[in-house]
Amino acid sequence: MTVDDRFTQDHRDLRVDPDDVVRSEVITGPVEDWTTDFSHTEPEYAERAPEIWDDLRGRCPVAHTERFGGAWLPTRYEDVAAIAYDTDRFTSRAIIASNFRPPKTTAPIGGSPPISSDPPFHHDARKLLLPAFTKTKTAKLEDATRAFCHGLIDDFGDREVVDAAAEYAQHIPIRVIADMLGFPPEDGPEFTRFVKNTLEGINDDHDDREVQSDDLFDYIFEQIRDHVANPRDDLTTHLINAELYGQKLEPMHVAGTMVLLLIAGIDTTWSAIGASLWHLAQTPSDRARLAAEPELMKTAMEEFLRAYAPVTMARLVKDDMEFAGVKMKADDWVLLPFPAANRDPEHFEQADEVIIDREVNRHAAFGLGIHRCVGSHLARMELKVALEVWMERIPEFTLACPEGVAWSTGQIRGPRALPLRLG
Amino acid sequence: MTLRIDETLCHGHGRCYDLAPELFGEDEEGYSTFTELTKDGEVPPEYAAKARLAAENCPESAITFKEE
Ligand code: HEM
Ligand code: SF4
Repeated sequence: MTVDDRFTQDHRDLRVDPDDVVRSEVITGPVEDWTTDFSHTEPEYAERAPEIWDDLRGRCPVAHTERFGGAWLPTRYEDVAAIAYDTDRFTSRAIIASNFRPPKTTAPIGGSPPISSDPPFHHDARKLLLPAFTKTKTAKLEDATRAFCHGLIDDFGDREVVDAAAEYAQHIPIRVIADMLGFPPEDGPEFTRFVKNTLEGINDDHDDREVQSDDLFDYIFEQIRDHVANPRDDLTTHLINAELYGQKLEPMHVAGTMVLLLIAGIDTTWSAIGASLWHLAQTPSDRARLAAEPELMKTAMEEFLRAYAPVTMARLVKDDMEFAGVKMKADDWVLLPFPAANRDPEHFEQADEVIIDREVNRHAAFGLGIHRCVGSHLARMELKVALEVWMERIPEFTLACPEGVAWSTGQIRGPRALPLRLG
Repeated sequence: MTLRIDETLCHGHGRCYDLAPELFGEDEEGYSTFTELTKDGEVPPEYAAKARLAAENCPESAITFKEE
């Protein structure tokens, strides 16, 4: 058996010392005023985030909260874009706003390169991934993904009501990324737990957060060791062998990137598929049009990505400064709600309407600038196949019970329960 | 009719080569390239509409299309 010294240690000895992490008080409870006390972790945000963004954009384009140790929420396209492009004044060393701030010394690499990295390191870490995620490469996974989607629908049997979020949308990205990383497909339920803990457990107790993170890294290290012993043609082996500046990667770089691919690939795509089906379930005219003109799907899909963009990112402010008329302090969080930017009427005509044949659609669902989603071609393939197969097999469907629909809280927005009546 | 891709702005979203594969290709990292047809930065007149569509959909506004 091959041994790679890099991965024989316990990851607890390699991670950032928990004593160096700056913790802030966990504040929960209903929001009093969205301009001064916003929170993306409360049920109200899950229920009506788009209305909240529209309201704030009109009267307080950069909202603030004392929660999470201090955070800002811009809602105009212009401001979101400016922050995404300004890697000098905003750091990516943490990209999920929470009550933990990793120490400044973790920059420019961060815990999960390249998403947590700043220039110049960012570019080199990103280059390690790009070739595996081009449009040409990801197109090769299309047939297997299509077959998998058909299998999920076969499993519905003759039931009239199914949960399209839990029984369809969720499984597709899990299977695709498990295959790419070379993880056992039957571990799917574990991935769901990791994703939920990382992205929705933002306000959980500090000790719980630590246990959750250890749980995830235990799993990743187990997979890495298995790949060291039995190398395969997959992304895990690729990262274990990859080199930067003439050396193999640091063990926590390998593990952190794997965590990123696992987390970034699942919740996001699951949300995009679910939100698109949610829209179609309630819009018979769009459903009929897509059934009659399947070639419109690519254009429609971009519109779903614009209107229901699932991903909000975060940055930390580097030094005290003024931005868009507000005084930001070093280590304040800044949320980057790409979905709010995508609904800014200054940037899009009829921004609040879903127009499935919208021709000009310069949306920012996959981010802007150097951190543009590495998985965007993969996600587009998954979304297209998932919707095509669904429409082909189930052209008629409606919401089985609107109260049964549940949207996620946190930075990734999408339906987590979506009961649909088929036929 | 001329076409330009600003390499400093292109981040490989691929909207251009998705919408107008005749005019744009991808390199092995997903960044936009010209194709055989556009290698001199010229667009044949019959592709004007496609070139415009690609330019208008690039999230980074990295494509400039000049219609004389
Ligand atoms: C509809 C689905 C998806 C959406 C909306 C989405 C959105 C985003 C956004 C907005 C960013 C920018 C982050 C930032 O500015 O800090 C990003 C980054 C990233 N995404 Fe995605 N994503 C999706 C699916 C995926 C998939 C399937 C994968 C891969 C398995 C993936 C992997 C990544 C990676 C590696 C980055 C970091 C890129 C960098 O920092 O250079 N994403 N994603
Ligand atoms: S759409 Fe724009 S950013 Fe994307 S590949 Fe084309 S030129 Fe580059």
